[in-house]
Formats: sequence, C-alpha cells, structure tokens
Amino acid sequence: MYSKLLILHFSGKEVEKPVVSNLTRYYDLSFNIHKATILPRREGIMVLELSGSKKNFKSGVQYLKDQGVIVKNASQEVTRDEKKCIHCGACTAVCPTHALAIKRPEMFVIFDKKKCSVCELCIRTCLTRAMKIQPISETLFE
Amino acid sequence: MAKFKVNKTYKEINDKIRSGDVVVVTAEEMIDIVKDKGPVGAAKHVDVVTTATFAPMCSSGAFINIGQSVPTIKTSKVWFNNVPAYAGLAAVDCYLGATEPCEDDPLNKVWPGEFNYGGGHVIHDLLAGKKVHLKAKSYGTSCYPNKELEKDVKLADLRQATLCNPRNGYQNYNCAVNLTGKTIYTYMGTLKPKAGNANYSTSGQLSPLFNDPYYKTIGLGTRIFLGGGEGYVTWHGTQHNPSAERTEKGIPKTPAGTIWVMGDIKQMKPEWVVGVSILGYGNSLAVGMGVPIPILNEEMAQFTAVSDEDIPVQIVDYGNDYPNGINKNYGYVTYDELKGGMIRFKGKDTPTVPLSSVSKAREIAEILKKWIKQEKFTLGEPQFTLPVG
Repeated sequence: MYSKLLILHFSGKEVEKPVVSNLTRYYDLSFNIHKATILPRREGIMVLELSGSKKNFKSGVQYLKDQGVIVKNASQEVTRDEKKCIHCGACTAVCPTHALAIKRPEMFVIFDKKKCSVCELCIRTCLTRAMKIQPISETLFE
Repeated sequence: MAKFKVNKTYKEINDKIRSGDVVVVTAEEMIDIVKDKGPVGAAKHVDVVTTATFAPMCSSGAFINIGQSVPTIKTSKVWFNNVPAYAGLAAVDCYLGATEPCEDDPLNKVWPGEFNYGGGHVIHDLLAGKKVHLKAKSYGTSCYPNKELEKDVKLADLRQATLCNPRNGYQNYNCAVNLTGKTIYTYMGTLKPKAGNANYSTSGQLSPLFNDPYYKTIGLGTRIFLGGGEGYVTWHGTQHNPSAERTEKGIPKTPAGTIWVMGDIKQMKPEWVVGVSILGYGNSLAVGMGVPIPILNEEMAQFTAVSDEDIPVQIVDYGNDYPNGINKNYGYVTYDELKGGMIRFKGKDTPTVPLSSVSKAREIAEILKKWIKQEKFTLGEPQFTLPVG
C-alpha cells in the first residue's frame, strides 16, 4: 500500500473533467479529498490523499499530468537546523515517538527522522526554533 | 602549622600559565584524578579546573551606547528591531533586556504564545553581524535638540555594547513537575499533566558554583569565559542565597548562590549567546559561561571533585505550588538520576528533560582549558569573594 498527500492544480479547462473518479475507475486507487476549491478565475485546487499499489499510484499520477493537472507533493517533514540546535533537550519533553532523544552519556540530542510522526510539537517547544516543518523536497516517485 | 598540605597562590598559578607549565583539567576530568590521587595528590598535580554552563538565563541583557549623531539626541525611548530598551540613562545609553518581547508580539493572547523574537534575539543578531533597525525618540533639549532617530546599525557601529547579567550560574535549581491535570508552559519548559515529565536545568558536576560551593575563589574580578569572549564576575548575583541548607559536602539542596557577570559583547561569538523562545513563557537568552577554579589547596581539589551523584535536587510542583508561592518539595533526586533520563516519582517512571546543554558546557570547559594552556588566559584574583552568609 502506497499513500501520499497531493496538491492538484486544475486550470480553467480541466476543472470540468471527472479526473479524480477516473483514478478509481482506471487505476484502482482510492482517494480521500481533504480540500477542494474553485477560485474566481475558474482554476481549481484540490488536496487529496491517494492510495493504492505503487505501480498504480505512479500510473494514476501520470494520468493526472496527461490531463494537464499540475501535481505536487503535499507531504511535509520536520527537519532540524543543525546550526541552531544547542542540544539542550527541551524538545524531548513533547516528542511522542522518541524521534528526538538524548544520547547518553554524550548528552547530544539526536533526531531520528524515521521515527518522526510529523506531529510538529517540537517546532514551538524548541528554544532556538531549530526545528522546521517543510514540504518534502523529493520528487514523487523516488 | 599550615592549614593545608598544598598551598598555592594565584601568582604562582599565573606564573605557570605564563611559562606554559600549568596543568588544567575540566571539572569532569577532576573527579577521577581526585579518586586516583586523593585530594592532596590532585592538588599537587592540578593547578586549574575549568567549569562551564550553557543554558537560558533570563536575567541577562546588554548596556548599549549607540553613539551620538548630528544633531545630537538624548534618547528617551529606544527600540532595536522593535524590541524596546530602557533608556532612562545618559543621552545615548540604554539597557536591552533579554526577556523583552518584540512590541507587536501577541504575547500569550494566543495561548501558548510563541515569543519568536525578543531582546535576547537582538543581542544574538548583533553578534551574528546582522543589521538591526534602531529607532529612538526624545523630547528635545537645548543641548540635545534631535527628537527622532531611525537607522540600521551593526554591532560595529555601536560605540559600546556590554553584556550585563545580574544573575547567572545558579548554584542548584529545582526539578520541575506539573501535578495538575493540564499541560502547562513554564520557564522550566513544557510540563505535561500528572507529572508526565520532570524538567531540570544544570550542567551538574560541570557547573561553576557546585565546584566551589563556599565561593572560596569566586568573586569580584574572577576572569571568566563569557559568551565566547572574556568576561568577569563583578558581584554576587540577584537572589544570591548562600544560607540554603547544604549536604555534608557543602552542596546546597535548594537554589543558592548566583553570580553577576559582565563582558564586552564585541569580543563574543554568536554561537555562545543565543536568543531563545520559551513556549507560553517568553523570550530569554542562553549564555555560555566558563569559570576557572584555581586549585589553591587540597580543599579546592576535593570541592572540584564533586560529581552528579553528590548533588541533590528538589522536586517542585509548578502546576499549583510554585504559582501560589507554596514552598514545598516532593523529595530529592540526584543529577546523576536526572541525567540518566528517568526518575521514579510517586511510584511511576517519569522521563526527565534537561534545558541546559551539557554537551555545549563540555565544549566551553574544553575551550577555557585551551585558553589557559595555550593562550595565556591568566586567573583574575578576586578583590573579595561572594558572601557566604
């Protein structure tokens, strides 16, 4: 099961096509629409989570692109600005998954991104604002 | 008969520093040296022990002289990047406090407030070489006719900038828990309900005043590492309380001694003077500080051998007791237990959370060691030491 949160941009023309339901009909994908808006100049923006096999997901996204839809990855990740982190440990109070933890006896604060659930609690708890939330920069299929 | 078997003077130690023969170790290294050699052997061998701390200290700020301009001005209101500084001083002097928030900050109106920018951040930005927007107002006098001033300044443009922390290096502090049913946001960090975490702030066995518990070597004129530059202890700090109850080894069991420190900001480095934002509480400044302790005799050797197991810390409830001024503690743990990551509290395992960077404190202790060994950083003999009570 492969799942990603996507942002779709439809130009004034594509907004009339039933592209999302076609993802289900042709590619066996399921979707959960988080947000859909049509803007004054008829262009549309949709945020949806798309799930299915990785192969189908890839084909589905290609289908969207062929229809003229601009597809962006909406998934976010938490990163740490290593220059700003002073290794105090305040963040470890709130991190629910122990992605932020103290390495003993060195007393360094380690950040294991694999354990991070992107809850964002560390962002405002960090004293030096070293933790940031940002869109995942990697391309969709890597 | 001499009181001690080993007797060294500041002058003897400073001569050794100048000749390069000085033996300097960190307070952590000293623990094993005293175990191996005993206090007398350690005192013979070691001349200086370096101690350090790097943690938020709210009682921080900077005296800044912005320099005169033409026409002249007697500033009565001053802002740096929209953070107000106190200007009720001579014409272009002001004091920028670390906890002063930016003027348009929503504070705690949106709970808990983020406090993303304040006085501490201005001091850091100046050190980082950034331009800071200076705004000043005045009512105008014959000698100082200008009523308004607005310009971008860098640290180099300021005539003087002196870090002045009325309180630093707190000798011991509380371990904070929250016994209420809701998360609270304090200067001791975020505290989860029902004692979900226990927060503490100290560098423990590396902390300056734990290594000289009766202030036998620390006082006015003690030369220190301050924010990456050279600074001085200039007084006992605010809330200095030497008469706190102590253990047999002299370690106070509650918050006790403090020091007042000053130093030239122009010598400092941005990585050791960092503006911080404490969620729901406010702005502050983390200041790196390192204090060299001269091993004048075996007694000082013994004091500097203090280890985390020797240091008790009281557990205080910040949910109900602290805000209501209830002086109560829920027992003691040691810094060794706190640093281990988990304490037993009310029959439950409670994760511990530090706010003081021990890894950075270790770095400072090493830098100070290097300064003394290689750069001839000599010891300042205090004119008088801190009050012992």
